[in-house]
Amino acid sequence: MIEPLLDIHGLRAGYRRSVVLQRVDLAVQEGQVVALLGRNGVGKTTLVHAIMGLVQPSAGSIRFGGQELSGRTPDQISRGGIALVPQGRRIFSRLSVEENLRLAHRSRDGRHDLDSVYELLPRLYERRRHRGRQLSGGEQQMLAIGRALLANARLVLFDEPSEGLAPKAVDQIAGLIAGLREHGLSALLVEQNLHVALSLADAVTVMTKGEIVYRATADVFRADPETARAFLGVG
Amino acid sequence: MTTPAVGAALPGFLNENLVSILNGLAVGMLLFTMAVGLSLIFGLMDVLNLAHGAIFLLGGYVAYQVIVKEGQSWLVGVAVAVAFGAVAGLALGGILRPIRHRGHLDQALLTFGLAFVLADLATIFWGSDFQSIPSPVFLQRSVEVLGQFYPAYRLAVMGVGFALAVVVYLVVERTQVGAVLRAAVEDRAMVSALGINVGRVMLAVLALGTALAAFGGVIGAPILSLSPGVDAEVLILALIVIVIGGLGSIPGAFVGAIVIGQVQSLGIALVPQAAPFALFGAMVIVLAVRPEGLFGSR
Repeated sequence: MIEPLLDIHGLRAGYRRSVVLQRVDLAVQEGQVVALLGRNGVGKTTLVHAIMGLVQPSAGSIRFGGQELSGRTPDQISRGGIALVPQGRRIFSRLSVEENLRLAHRSRDGRHDLDSVYELLPRLYERRRHRGRQLSGGEQQMLAIGRALLANARLVLFDEPSEGLAPKAVDQIAGLIAGLREHGLSALLVEQNLHVALSLADAVTVMTKGEIVYRATADVFRADPETARAFLGVG
Repeated sequence: MTTPAVGAALPGFLNENLVSILNGLAVGMLLFTMAVGLSLIFGLMDVLNLAHGAIFLLGGYVAYQVIVKEGQSWLVGVAVAVAFGAVAGLALGGILRPIRHRGHLDQALLTFGLAFVLADLATIFWGSDFQSIPSPVFLQRSVEVLGQFYPAYRLAVMGVGFALAVVVYLVVERTQVGAVLRAAVEDRAMVSALGINVGRVMLAVLALGTALAAFGGVIGAPILSLSPGVDAEVLILALIVIVIGGLGSIPGAFVGAIVIGQVQSLGIALVPQAAPFALFGAMVIVLAVRPEGLFGSR
């Protein structure tokens, strides 16, 4: 069996005084979208931050493309091929749309450049001279995704991409990610909106209190509503 | 006798106070070279560099050594002093690194301590007498400004300070490097998650800021004279400038420097009794009206 693109074993991480991730095992295969579900506060964002190097793990390993990531800085991890679409979007509010994108465009030899991102997201082209803070929530999320695409990464971490968006914008963003998936996107998708998550994911993992307690293919998970109810408190 | 029209009052005021106003502008531009680095470093690294004044003074002394003692040209003196300032910034970055996650107090204590050490070293090397660098020969004359004669060197300092302000503003607002800087001021972690080595950016800004302070020390030397104590004096003035202008703002540092330059010069010429508290009075007034400073955003 080939090694997964992202392979996490026994990961333990947290902040100064509290351990948030107890013991996490998780894998994302090349070309696969894995949804990470779980209630608020179980450690999903901490896991994303640990992969990105924004939180240092205290034990366990994170292997990406066969290389150990623990101990590397976020900029090294980003240049190594992982892009982040962070919770709350975190676009630079005082920079123009175009400045936001140019900042993210590190490698010149990838599938995406400024033109291809504008082609994919024409709304960003229309608003390229506007400041980040002048954009709507949906536009900001497009910009955050555009930034991730320009990194030409092998793996994208989406942290709650539909959070706080109007229903129409949620559909747009979900459609955008679905389109990327057809082009072979590999991603870890943290998503509260179960409908969105299941429409995009190949596999589903559920996290409670810092541990992965359930994993299945999206098809199996859909056929098993009891599990969803038990772990997530939804029907 | 008729009372002069309002239109005539202004030229009258200008005539009487022209030299004070020009002196204020020259001092203001000197303060800007200090304040802009102090403000950028604070905005990006969240470090208040209290050794900035000492680097200003040492920059002046280094140039004094090169120009007066070694007899080299002004250009060489400026180059050596600026290089010294940049190296001092890099060293400061190394010294600050172990405590980068601690609070402001630790950083302030460290840089304050360094300021004392640097100032004492300067006294050991250059003594405690007033030292000055004569201005470049081609600027050792007076120029007529609105009917009055004024030293060409001070006009040149104003020009250089103004040009510096324009260049720094354009670099920060209009270039890719500037975009990285503005982004890092807003969200350092996200910038690094985009693949940019923020530590290196911060070190570069630190070196640039201290190089500017050393440059200020050189061009200030013919006006202020170098002696122990000048470091603390310019540091306090520069701190007032960035508090008035708004921490981290370049236009703020520029306007703040002009305001403080005028308070220092014109204000004291007009109301000499107010001299002891005019500076802090200006700061209190600005903070009472706009606590974030004139151009501040937080």
